[in-house]
Amino acid sequence: MAANHRGRQVLRYLPVLPAMVLLCVFLAGPVLWAFHASLTNAGLTGRHARNPDWVGLDNYQRLLQDPAFPLALVLTVVFVAGSAILGQNVLGLALAVLMRRARPVVSATVGTAVVAAWVLPEIVAAFAAYAFFSRDGTLNQLLAKVGLAETDWLYALPMVAVILANVWRGTAFSMLVYRTALNGVPAELTEAAQMDGAGAWQRLAFITLPVIRGSIATNLMLVTLQTLAVFTLIWVMTAGGPANGSTTLPVLAYQEAFKFGDIGYGTAVASVLILTGAVFGAAYLRLLREQKP
Amino acid sequence: MTVQLRRGRRPAGQGAGRPGPKPLPGSRPRGGNLRGSTWADVALLLIGACFLLPLLWLVFASLDPTAGHATKVPERPGLDNFTAVLTPELLFRPLWNSLVLSAGTGAVTLVAAVLAAYPLSRYRSRFNTPFMSAILFGTCLPVTAIMVPVYGLFVQLRLLDSMPATVLFLAATSLPMAIWMTRNFMDAVPLALEEAAWVDGASRLAGLRSIVLPLMGPGLGVVFIFVFIQAWGNFFVPFVLLLSEARQPAAVSIFSFFGQHGAVAYGQLAAFSILYSVPVLALYVVVARGSGNALALSGAVRG
Repeated sequence: MAANHRGRQVLRYLPVLPAMVLLCVFLAGPVLWAFHASLTNAGLTGRHARNPDWVGLDNYQRLLQDPAFPLALVLTVVFVAGSAILGQNVLGLALAVLMRRARPVVSATVGTAVVAAWVLPEIVAAFAAYAFFSRDGTLNQLLAKVGLAETDWLYALPMVAVILANVWRGTAFSMLVYRTALNGVPAELTEAAQMDGAGAWQRLAFITLPVIRGSIATNLMLVTLQTLAVFTLIWVMTAGGPANGSTTLPVLAYQEAFKFGDIGYGTAVASVLILTGAVFGAAYLRLLREQKP
Repeated sequence: MTVQLRRGRRPAGQGAGRPGPKPLPGSRPRGGNLRGSTWADVALLLIGACFLLPLLWLVFASLDPTAGHATKVPERPGLDNFTAVLTPELLFRPLWNSLVLSAGTGAVTLVAAVLAAYPLSRYRSRFNTPFMSAILFGTCLPVTAIMVPVYGLFVQLRLLDSMPATVLFLAATSLPMAIWMTRNFMDAVPLALEEAAWVDGASRLAGLRSIVLPLMGPGLGVVFIFVFIQAWGNFFVPFVLLLSEARQPAAVSIFSFFGQHGAVAYGQLAAFSILYSVPVLALYVVVARGSGNALALSGAVRG
């Protein structure tokens, strides 16, 4: 009887199989393979491409000695903190708050402009950002109009350029999350505070933000994860340069593996990135569980 | 998610999207708010202008046969760039490849997601919670980080430069989010309707096909379009996995506008970018109109 029950249970879950196979082969597989390959000297071409040797933790030791790696780590943190946590998150919240006070026509129009940058294919957005920040691009044209000196953004200040570009590209997500969250704030709360004489800033700081803190935490987590994975934007705009000046971890992993042909070392960098993502992912799951009563 | 669905059926719900009789924010007839609203209008329009500026270059350059990096109103605007791009090699084959990749990914993802979502939504088991947690965890995986190992895997399995394998990989990357959304949409279909069909002698599969799937049609549309848009815009995956020019989608073939000696046909690049972007912009509008708040995805993430 029990065996029969278990058999039926298994049969019932049979339809999950195709999804399981896909996820195991193409997601879990590569992740495990990455950890394995990072312990070998696998190469892109040549003798070590087919028969890599086991090298233990050599690649990770190299990471610690290679000056490019700590730099990439710092630049990744700067990129995430600047473009996601500060840029997208704060600007997205500001847009959502402003949209509730502005005329519907204005907020719909501006919302479309912000979302357009987000819906565009990433390569198109990257080229548009590249043209915008290039030496004779739109930004310098505007600066010249107001009498400021022009800067070669992509060479002199590559991190500033890619951070601003990523804010432009990704703010829509935070804006949409916060618009939904703000719609869930009971109007009575803010109205009562207004009766008590609280100003707009006080209402925002002491009523609205505490009420939507769950959404803020979720959004911070998600934009951090999305920004950690940004490759195309940086690769098209600066290719990580000049002199590794904008090489974040995904760009470093790509360069080591495909430009220098060192798959083993590249996967070691990728493994660090995967683990970082896993830590944030686990924190995100916890956060969701805590939010659910 | 049920709220999402209900909101989805509201016509013109794309504004505030708020249920109930609350008036729109701008229409409140109070002096303080009106003054505040002008101030907010100006601030918003300024920010909006900043967001439009980089796109302006795209539009102007596409109409200007002599375009460079600079944004300028074309002296003699024309469609020369568009006509130059309208060839099988430059436009139609890459777009066709993009379509095959994206539609294939959408179809595979949708079928696998519906099949997986059904038991997860309809049966109670100890298996459900850990599986859904793993799925949610999967949505957090930075896909760019696994491209190096995936390349290694594809070399080992001799799958490089294969469209079907690339479709399967893209489907796997979008599956976690798709399963999560599909299950939420399916949870919103009442079990009672299905039970009525079983009483009439329908099988589980028949019930799924004739009751559940039609009722969650809009939701499935959202999932499909969502996956399609992601696959259409994806650059890194086909860039790493598809090597021959004949198989490359538009995201990768765009580099053909970079000449051998650094000469870039910017006007054509812009025209091509616009033609390549229009389908996803149109699809996005469909989703935004059809499902109220376009961020069914953010709602999906939060369950």
